[in-house]
Amino acid sequence: MQVAAVKEYAGTPRDGVENFHGNQLLYIGWDDHLMFCAPLTFPFPPTLRFGDIVEKVLPGAYGYHPDWARVDWSKVEWLKSGQPWTPHFNRTLAENGLGHKDVLRFRTPGLTGIQGSCS
Amino acid sequence: MSKVFIALQTNDDTRPIIESILADNPHALPVESPAMVKIDAEGRLTVKRESISERIGREFDLQELHTHLISLSGHIDESDDEFTLHWND
Amino acid sequence: MDMQVPKKKLGLKERYTLMTRDLAWDTSYQPKEKVYPYADYEGIKIHDWDKWEDPFRLTMDAYWKYQAEKERKLYAIIDAYSQSNGHLGVTDARYLNAIKIFLTAVTPLEYMAHRGFAHAGRAFPGPGARVACMMQAIDEMRHAQTQIHSLSNYNKYYNGFHDAPHMYDRVWYLSVPKSFFDDAITAGPFEFIVSVGFSFEYVLTNLLFVPFVSGAAYNGDMGTMTFGFSAQSDEARHMTLGLECIKFILEQDPANLPIVQRWIDKWTWRGVRLLSIVAMMMDYMLPKRVMSWKEAWEIYFEENGGALFKDLARYGIRMPDCCEQIRQEKDHLSHQVWAAFYNYSAATDFHTWMPDEDEMKWLSQKYPDTFDQHYRPRFEFWREQQQKGNRFYNKTLPMLCQTCQIPMLFTEPGDPTKICYRERDYKGSKYHFCSDHCQHIFDNEPEKYVQAWLPVHQIYQGNCFPEGSDPTAPGFDPLAAVLEHYRLNAGRDNGDFEGSEDQRNFEAWRGMAKRND
Repeated sequence: MQVAAVKEYAGTPRDGVENFHGNQLLYIGWDDHLMFCAPLTFPFPPTLRFGDIVEKVLPGAYGYHPDWARVDWSKVEWLKSGQPWTPHFNRTLAENGLGHKDVLRFRTPGLTGIQGSCS
Repeated sequence: MSKVFIALQTNDDTRPIIESILADNPHALPVESPAMVKIDAEGRLTVKRESISERIGREFDLQELHTHLISLSGHIDESDDEFTLHWND
Repeated sequence: MDMQVPKKKLGLKERYTLMTRDLAWDTSYQPKEKVYPYADYEGIKIHDWDKWEDPFRLTMDAYWKYQAEKERKLYAIIDAYSQSNGHLGVTDARYLNAIKIFLTAVTPLEYMAHRGFAHAGRAFPGPGARVACMMQAIDEMRHAQTQIHSLSNYNKYYNGFHDAPHMYDRVWYLSVPKSFFDDAITAGPFEFIVSVGFSFEYVLTNLLFVPFVSGAAYNGDMGTMTFGFSAQSDEARHMTLGLECIKFILEQDPANLPIVQRWIDKWTWRGVRLLSIVAMMMDYMLPKRVMSWKEAWEIYFEENGGALFKDLARYGIRMPDCCEQIRQEKDHLSHQVWAAFYNYSAATDFHTWMPDEDEMKWLSQKYPDTFDQHYRPRFEFWREQQQKGNRFYNKTLPMLCQTCQIPMLFTEPGDPTKICYRERDYKGSKYHFCSDHCQHIFDNEPEKYVQAWLPVHQIYQGNCFPEGSDPTAPGFDPLAAVLEHYRLNAGRDNGDFEGSEDQRNFEAWRGMAKRND
């Protein structure tokens, strides 16, 4: 059963990529830093260079945190849909295989938030 | 046996109702909070029309309870004379 | 001369039968299926509607009598409260922010419940159920009206109370209650009554209307106390209807059990997610506290709900499978949700703040296993930063759960340091969830939930700006445009309580109330 209905019924998904004016959604979460209460949602063009996210977008989102300045990007571990994943900073989102509504998490070893509380 | 409860607002109208419930259900326990009282009882609790009528000096209609009730739990058995809450387990 | 012989007064049961069932009739011009087109499609089998027993046996004449009395009491108190400037007697103006949430998030649900029960009353073929649903539909309308009347008094003095119905349809966090009730009223009549009548009314509304409203009384808010208890006096009848309905459905046919169990699982979880906002209202927004969320949870969900499910076990009903996760979350819920609203306080019609040291002590004491370890460091850091003029605001929109629509703020069961992520591919698209239970709800009816109106996605699609906006124009400020679309007055309604107009006015007016200058 796909839905309980009196007759044949199909829903229209509201969040198809065609509705985002050339952007696709990318969700990003910083593990062990719950000061940011939830992962973040970004609309990006698929042609955006991945490195631009890390260098130009994320500092505005996460820079408030005292750990941000201490992140060693050579040691960061990435997860895509919960599985280990390696980004290529000089390639675009599309070239990195990132599609609409993909979810990335990054771990920053050694950094565990305010007083080690994962905040 | 699980507990049932009835919660009533605390005001002048409910004072004799609460007194009656506690007198008719010696196993019941009142828990007071601001503006309300919650009466817990193991298994079963009965509100009796006659006891309330005696205390207030006029005929009480058990459905008057609706005006002061806050909440309750358990199955309800209601007649003109008694209002009972109980679990079946 | 004719003598009027007084007739013996009818007993309650006889009166009830005469005034409900005996006033009903069977259709003859049209087949029954055409008159009641929604009675069968959910798969619930009913063989004999006469087996329906309304345990309260309230007839319409008695209903009007008692409801009129409740209304007279309520409005007498509301008048007295506003005539005596009662709003200056509340413990602290911070408290009023909880009441803003009540008006924007709860009151519109009362109105939706009115619509839902009116529909269910029309859709059920049995007269007992129809009468009970009709009374509840009228009750729910009364609740919406009395809440709006009581709270309009605050709108004269404080910010954020001015446009609740408009906000309900637009503001990001209000999509949580809105989607909850839209889900319920777009279900069939049986699922609706199990969702709202049983899972919500019986298992969960006590948590809102009993300890929270008692808390309102404790904080000097006579207006909220009065409408709250007046509403809850109807609630006892609603809970009874919900329980009766479950028993009736289960006794009618053994094939109904798995359907009802799935609905109970679904709606217990949806209700628990919805009530997470009440958790933070109780633990963080009442300056004087009657009990913690966790304590209220233990009394009204674990003890009372436990007794209920034990009783229903003889029909084969078991506790919903989400209960284990719910048990773990009670130590974390209010803190996580308050932290989330603190993050996004720039986009709400109410203020947030960090608890002071005394309040933190209370939280440590009530949550000895979690508060100091997981939440105090974060909250102290935020408080220090706020005092230095560097108050934290999260400037990027959060990721939302497709089902409950709450930001993905909940942590993994068993690990409060990690966000819980779940995802599902359906027809070539990805969908994300805050929990296994929200994902299961989606899995059971994906065609319903793919249509979710997720506020964050809607903003990024450009659907939440005032009409005529041009997001490509130079200097376009998307946050300001969204707030304007919400009709939220930036700088007055939103942000930190410290330094707010509400805070200044309350202090000034309370001072004036004690002096003659």
